[in-house]
Amino acid sequence: MNRPNPITKKLVASFVLLVVVGIALMFVASEYTAYQVTTALAYGIAILGLNILTGYNGQFSIGHSAFFAAGAYVTAILITFAGWHPYATLPVAAAVTFCMGFLFGFPALRLEGLYLALATFALAVATPQILKVDALEHWTGGVQGLFFDKPDPIFAGLSVDHSLYLVTWIVFAVLMAGAWMLLHSRSGRAIMAIRDNPIAASTMGINLALYKTTTFGVSAMLAGIGGAFFALANSFVSPDTFNFFIAVYLLVGSVVGGIISIPGALLGGLFYVFGQEYAEEFSNLSEVIPPPWVTFGILLILMMYFAPFGIWGAIGRGWARLKR
Amino acid sequence: MDLFLQLTLAGLAIGSVYACVALAVVMIYQATDHFNFAQGEMAMFSTFVAWALYQTTGSIWLSFLIAVALSFIAGIIIERVIVKPVENAPIFNQIIVFIGLLMIFNNLAGWFWEHTTKTLPSLFPEHGIDSTLISTHNLGVILFTLLILGITFCFFKFTKVGLAMRAAAANPDSARLVGVSVGWMLALGWGLASAIGAIGGVLVAPIVFLEPNMMSGVLLYGFAGALLGGVNSPGGAVAGGLMVGVLENWARQYVPGGSELGLTFALVLIVGVLMFKPAGLFGRVIIKRV
Repeated sequence: MNRPNPITKKLVASFVLLVVVGIALMFVASEYTAYQVTTALAYGIAILGLNILTGYNGQFSIGHSAFFAAGAYVTAILITFAGWHPYATLPVAAAVTFCMGFLFGFPALRLEGLYLALATFALAVATPQILKVDALEHWTGGVQGLFFDKPDPIFAGLSVDHSLYLVTWIVFAVLMAGAWMLLHSRSGRAIMAIRDNPIAASTMGINLALYKTTTFGVSAMLAGIGGAFFALANSFVSPDTFNFFIAVYLLVGSVVGGIISIPGALLGGLFYVFGQEYAEEFSNLSEVIPPPWVTFGILLILMMYFAPFGIWGAIGRGWARLKR
Repeated sequence: MDLFLQLTLAGLAIGSVYACVALAVVMIYQATDHFNFAQGEMAMFSTFVAWALYQTTGSIWLSFLIAVALSFIAGIIIERVIVKPVENAPIFNQIIVFIGLLMIFNNLAGWFWEHTTKTLPSLFPEHGIDSTLISTHNLGVILFTLLILGITFCFFKFTKVGLAMRAAAANPDSARLVGVSVGWMLALGWGLASAIGAIGGVLVAPIVFLEPNMMSGVLLYGFAGALLGGVNSPGGAVAGGLMVGVLENWARQYVPGGSELGLTFALVLIVGVLMFKPAGLFGRVIIKRV
């Protein structure tokens, strides 16, 4: 039987376009902007994981800050104590967080929507405390956290921030293409079938437990990779950076970008960093304008009323209307 | 032995606060099948309102009563205006709305009153009882919570409105047929939950200090209590909250490394209960027909 090839022309074209745009932007971006975009992409990778889990598989997580933190700490610890090359730590961070997510996926199997949200909420709230534990202080640096150097430029003539920007952008493009291929494959259809109707999916022969835990693992892995890049961009990790609100902000980015979409992850990450900056400036204009996260909270609720599929969903809908 | 008794009594006091939060959570859960993730931040905001009133009035009891009344009204308004539009939306939309509320209240509090810690005086006199086992504040918290819970119980058991609220939660369609205004009963439930949360906030403020993030931990313990007791049993939620308070205090003292892992204990408890006894200790097992 012939299966449709997931590598379509559209995918290749989008991928090439994304990489070219990324490289082109690098030439106009200042070092600080490059740093900001790198952070936005780090969040974007984590948001991609959240989109796959929540948007496509229908499992909730308000606890992705835990995996984000785990990825960041694995990278930080390997650089500080084992002297690894920063980029060499990424696969390890990915593997560790995949295993964590896969294991957390097991209790998640027995929990439906709301209860899973609750369990992951608990995970996110407890994370900073776990990172501060005395027994692990030798490795995690306790409350102070860990400091290390940013990775050296990948080739001469590039600044440290621009080099990291380039690497992050390319990794993000690859991960987005990978996510696209995953979701348009047989496994991807299984993942979505589980969201739409788990009972029907299981009668079709889909192994619910395997798919749900693996999706949780993949999602946590993406959050971990995002966390690792976040650590590299800031050259610093500390327990209180990864508090419960990081999980909330990731969710906000995901919803604003479009939770059932892949490009939405990029938009969400950019919104997280730049939206916050502009909202901050905006709120400084006058005493009566509330601070950014109040505005975003209101925005979040309004989106649930009028545009639950976020910016990318609205673009798709507008496009469909134009084509009609 | 004295230490053990002290720990247990202090655990009961903080457990009373968890019981309040757990009861608020269960009240909304019973009516709408949802956990209100903003419950803690709403209670925190109410506590700040009480603090602001205390700065102007100078009387802690007066400010407390006004703050609770305001929270009751605010709860009703929030249900009517913000939560109602997503009443029949998918569960995801509802959780996101709660998260939005959580962000709004947390950051509004930081904006209005800044992130420095404030001290709210206790509702109870400083030198009431002379005992080495328990402080006056803690004793007051336990007795006062029991009183509030008793009143809530009587309200649901013996008044017509209470009966209507239970009917609306148990079987909305039939309740509507006999003339119960289900929508308003839900709003009333939100009002009561928010008022009880406010009571919990004011009671816990002298223990944990008043700042915008003070309730996130308390809410987690409240959730743990609600789950342990049984998420569809208000009495169970109260018992669960008290048990979590006592267990937490014991764990802090007797488990090695326990003093710094309080929240992890709540995490383990939540995941453990959900995995092995999802109905909780006193809850009914719900069988869903598919």
